[in-house]
Amino acid sequence: MLAKTVRNPLFWLCLIGLALASVLPLWVSGYILGLLTVAYYFGVFSMAWDLLFGFAGEVNFGPTFLIGLGAYTAGILNGHGVGIPLCLLAGTVAAVIGGLVLALPALRVRGPYFGLTTVVAVLILQNLIVVFADTTGGEIGLTVPDVISIDAATNYWIALGFMGVSGLILYAIAVSPVGLILQASGQDPIEAGALGFNVAKHKLAAFCVSAVFSGLAGALFVFYMGTASVGTLVDVSVGVQVIIGAVLGGRRTIVGGVLGAVFLIAAGELLRPLGSLSTFVVSAAALAVILFVPSGLLGILTRQGQRA
Amino acid sequence: MTAIQILIDGFAISALYALGATGFTLIFGVSGVLNLSHGALMVTAAVVAWAASSEFGLGAYAGAATGIVVCTGLTLATYGVVVRPIDKSRAIPPEEKEIFILTGTLLWGIMIQEFIAYLFTSNAKTVMPIVEGVVTIAGVRTPWNQVFTAVVCWATIGLLWLLVNRTRTGKVLLAASMNPRGVTLLGFELSKIYVAIWLIYGVLAGIAGVLLGQFLGVSSYSVGPLTASAFSIVVLGGLGSVSGSLIAAYVVGYLETLTAYLVSPAYRTIPALLLLVAVMYVRPQGLLGRR
Repeated sequence: MLAKTVRNPLFWLCLIGLALASVLPLWVSGYILGLLTVAYYFGVFSMAWDLLFGFAGEVNFGPTFLIGLGAYTAGILNGHGVGIPLCLLAGTVAAVIGGLVLALPALRVRGPYFGLTTVVAVLILQNLIVVFADTTGGEIGLTVPDVISIDAATNYWIALGFMGVSGLILYAIAVSPVGLILQASGQDPIEAGALGFNVAKHKLAAFCVSAVFSGLAGALFVFYMGTASVGTLVDVSVGVQVIIGAVLGGRRTIVGGVLGAVFLIAAGELLRPLGSLSTFVVSAAALAVILFVPSGLLGILTRQGQRA
Repeated sequence: MTAIQILIDGFAISALYALGATGFTLIFGVSGVLNLSHGALMVTAAVVAWAASSEFGLGAYAGAATGIVVCTGLTLATYGVVVRPIDKSRAIPPEEKEIFILTGTLLWGIMIQEFIAYLFTSNAKTVMPIVEGVVTIAGVRTPWNQVFTAVVCWATIGLLWLLVNRTRTGKVLLAASMNPRGVTLLGFELSKIYVAIWLIYGVLAGIAGVLLGQFLGVSSYSVGPLTASAFSIVVLGGLGSVSGSLIAAYVVGYLETLTAYLVSPAYRTIPALLLLVAVMYVRPQGLLGRR
């Protein structure tokens, strides 16, 4: 497998990308680093989503349910004086438990029904956060006492490192035998079951892995931002951004999610002078990619790589 | 007194939910498409009706008509620009068409939403009502507008029922939903049938949007919640089942009204969401859905 990985142009592309990204703080301003830090966390959200969709064939419309559980659990505990490492752990565990509660009934159903259950989970979480405003900060948002670092470069490197490690692990799972079983279950669950694979168990496992990375990334993101709010972390529209990032970057590639997320954040920022039209233009660009290049940005890159 | 008020308020809001979800479920039933730009289409109808009637001074009737016409055009554009190209695309594997249509219509909805916000700001707008004044029903003072909304919603649903069950066009549509290939073999062009069904859907979404704009008012922020509520009503009723979504609309409408009156408006949507989750545990195919 190692030999195959080394021969894969994608592997080298990622390595060069990471190397270039890691020396960026020497060149660019703290402002751009801040943007990229956000983009990297969104990249992890998208990669975790892609494991579930691209490889298990399940459309999770509620990635922010898992992200929000991780972020709010970590943030609230930190407000009660718990240290950052323990908060991160608790956030991850909360996301996994939440993921299990959601996945057990949701995975019995397929397609749109699964999608709906996950949307509803987000809406319920959102409502609960607003109703229990005393603990969660409600619509105003939750302020977290501790932050990981106030230095832009340190935050950037933490996000980059976390993204790199997450990408590596998620990619390894995706190309492992387990990943292949997931893919088979996604495409034809009945046949995969007939071959003796426990489809439900594998999908549940995929959901848990997705939850670990979403929850941990959500918790880390809170300690980077110093705040958590429904609009920035839980809202359905945030989930939409995660999904668009993954599809735009190239589904079934895991690492494509990072490209998609960076594209979305960068495009949104570059087009800021357009005011309220910027989101319109970004969405139109994303729609054009979906219509004309369904394999995503990474699809274009690797196809050119093969030709060269 | 409160009981009657809940009955009346709940009836009107539920009728609006029912009409709002009917087009959505119709499209899914016939062509298997979940159109996530649904809320954006309804909001377009309402905002255009508001602009035409109040800003350009066309008055209530012409304003409402403009809203419905523009919404219908935009609905046909949704089919032509987003749904059909994805459906025909050779580069997208068949088992992934669904996610592409979902993502595509979602982006389309966001584009419409942002464009409306750009043209007309994201402030809430209330469409000029066609009827004004109040009427006393069983001792409860009710705005005529509320009665009008309920009547038009049910009349539209009734007309749709007649169209589908009593006309030749309707029978072809029904047949297409059951067996698309069979209909093609009988010499009907499937693409024409799809255009017809999207046209009907556009009119339904337009009427629902204008009524919503008169009754509660809308803003570009309503896009997401409107799509989500249509989606949950349709799933609660059973995907593709029109009668199921009518029942579900009333269950959700009354549950929300009861909660708002008896508990607190802040908790309004929570019981309906919990009910939805409970139904999915017990009966994942929804109330009247087929598996």
